[in-house]
Amino acid sequence: MELRKNYFADVRKDDLHEIGQPRPRSDSPGHVTGKTAYFADRNFPGMLHLKMVRSPHHHARIRSIDTSEAEKHPGVVKVLTAKDVPHNVYTILILIQIGPEDETVLADGKVRWKGEAVVAVLAETERAAQEAAAKVKVDYEVLPAVFDMEEALKPGAPLVNEYHGQNYYLYDSGECRKVRFGDVEAGFAGADHILEQSYQSSPIEHAPTETTGCVVAPEGNDRFTCYTNTQAMFFTLDNTSIILQMPGSKLHFVGGTVGGGFGGKVDVIVEPIAILGAKLTGRPVSFIYSREEEMQISSPRAAEKVVIKDGVMTDGRIVARKVTGYTDAGAYSRHSPYGAQKGAGHYPGPYTIPNVWIDTYCVYTNRTPSSAMRGFGVTIGDFALEVQMDKLARLIGMDPLEFRFINAYRDGDMKAHRQPTEGAALIECMQEASRAANWPVAEKFMAMSSYKKGA
Amino acid sequence: MAKVPVQFTLNGSEKAEFIDSGTTLLNALRDKIGDTSPKGGCHQGTCGACSVIIDGELRLSCLTLAETCNGTTITTTSGLSESGVLHPLQRAFLDTFATQCGFCTPGMIMAAKVLLDHTPNPSRDEVVEALSGNICRCTGYEPIIQAVLTAARANSQNAA
Ligand code: FES
Ligand code: FES
Repeated sequence: MELRKNYFADVRKDDLHEIGQPRPRSDSPGHVTGKTAYFADRNFPGMLHLKMVRSPHHHARIRSIDTSEAEKHPGVVKVLTAKDVPHNVYTILILIQIGPEDETVLADGKVRWKGEAVVAVLAETERAAQEAAAKVKVDYEVLPAVFDMEEALKPGAPLVNEYHGQNYYLYDSGECRKVRFGDVEAGFAGADHILEQSYQSSPIEHAPTETTGCVVAPEGNDRFTCYTNTQAMFFTLDNTSIILQMPGSKLHFVGGTVGGGFGGKVDVIVEPIAILGAKLTGRPVSFIYSREEEMQISSPRAAEKVVIKDGVMTDGRIVARKVTGYTDAGAYSRHSPYGAQKGAGHYPGPYTIPNVWIDTYCVYTNRTPSSAMRGFGVTIGDFALEVQMDKLARLIGMDPLEFRFINAYRDGDMKAHRQPTEGAALIECMQEASRAANWPVAEKFMAMSSYKKGA
Repeated sequence: MAKVPVQFTLNGSEKAEFIDSGTTLLNALRDKIGDTSPKGGCHQGTCGACSVIIDGELRLSCLTLAETCNGTTITTTSGLSESGVLHPLQRAFLDTFATQCGFCTPGMIMAAKVLLDHTPNPSRDEVVEALSGNICRCTGYEPIIQAVLTAARANSQNAA
């Protein structure tokens, strides 16, 4: 690729000797020889296999759990229920003071989504664990469920998660994350055109080639080594420490090798229960999602709904933008309150708009809890924003790329979050894109710069 | 469960094991014999991560019962390099950045090897066809296709 040195020539450092140079990845020799050790490549003598009994209902009260038949099944060593988990209600982001704790390690009294973990069975073989899991009897009283964000927000909707008290996350800024800048209604009043559109997305599964899981080996002295493919080592270590009420010094996590993640392996789901199993049996434990579980149980990217209203002038300037965003967290928070919050920060787009009004909601439904995935909270937002930009350009009969040049933020511009723009390079990127795509724009746009205002 | 004896040649060495009847070749290789280079991505024949070569044919070890492999010759990715020298396919995957998380790589290399063994100078379409049973979620298929074509070129240069 050609490096264009004319951009930012006066602030550019040209004595770099690493950037732009190919370097072999340190892990590739292991990959191509089959030597890289993924968590499931560890095998320990006497290892037990853990299988979950999962809720067949989207929303139900648990009247009773009977594990007696499962316990008698040949090969079964231990059966775990909620009462075995020292600190059963947790939430991943509590470590950065984002609460409340709203999710159970093993369901206690109620299930809130289809696939929720209820009982863990540990057996000598995978097959014995599977067969015994099928013998666990759970008596459910099925409750009305809600699967749609708008339905969930209506008064009288079934309450998904009692730990929140309502079907949305309560931020310190209220029922949603807000951005307020200028006077959006005045902006609309003065606009030549107004365009309001809504955009929607479905949940998306990451489908990593290696499924989620971990292998735990007791070290003796009440210490445990956990080989895991987590993408969030310290969240996992610290949350496990809270859930099991064990000091972190007793927990030795080995990770770093992940067979594909894309954000799908940042939740703390398999490790605490596997370590608990190892602790209570004194034996190594393997807990690996089947492919079916990976597709059905692991948290997907959240479904989102974005409503964008823009006021635009005939000369191409966007003068007002109002956005309402909804993120479907599913039954539990995991990383979704953060995803919805990121959306709030993102919806102004990389554009300078004088009047902005944004609300983003994190909504609870009885769907599979969603969580992180590659730019979660902003990727769908970008899709919506850029489709909206094309529609706006069409509305005023302007070239879509030229329309973006007019609105692109440049150094010194005040952003809707009241931070002055620094280090922008959007103009230059679009200039390159216009060349690469053979999409010519007027000369005045090719003369613009993100760096020097007014060029 | 009934134990059955199995004997085969794995990457040039003789293996003899007693295994539970019904054990897949994938589990026998990984759990009994200790060759973890074939990976289990789906255990249902759809991802190709467990691919191995049995008597010259590409096979999914998750769908192959170990007890049916008596007397066969099996090759896995861990047996490809000889005394530390990478096979041209391994070299090409390494040099062309055709491996990201690496989980699909052993299966990809097996599929590519069977192709090159039968068709030393494949077209791009033939490479695509040969890799079509192997899923990669990270690297993207283009660098993998390029790696196989690069290895084929390296091979034909060696032969010339
Ligand atoms: S593990 Fe055999 S095809 Fe996926
Ligand atoms: S490199 Fe990750 S699946 Fe192919």
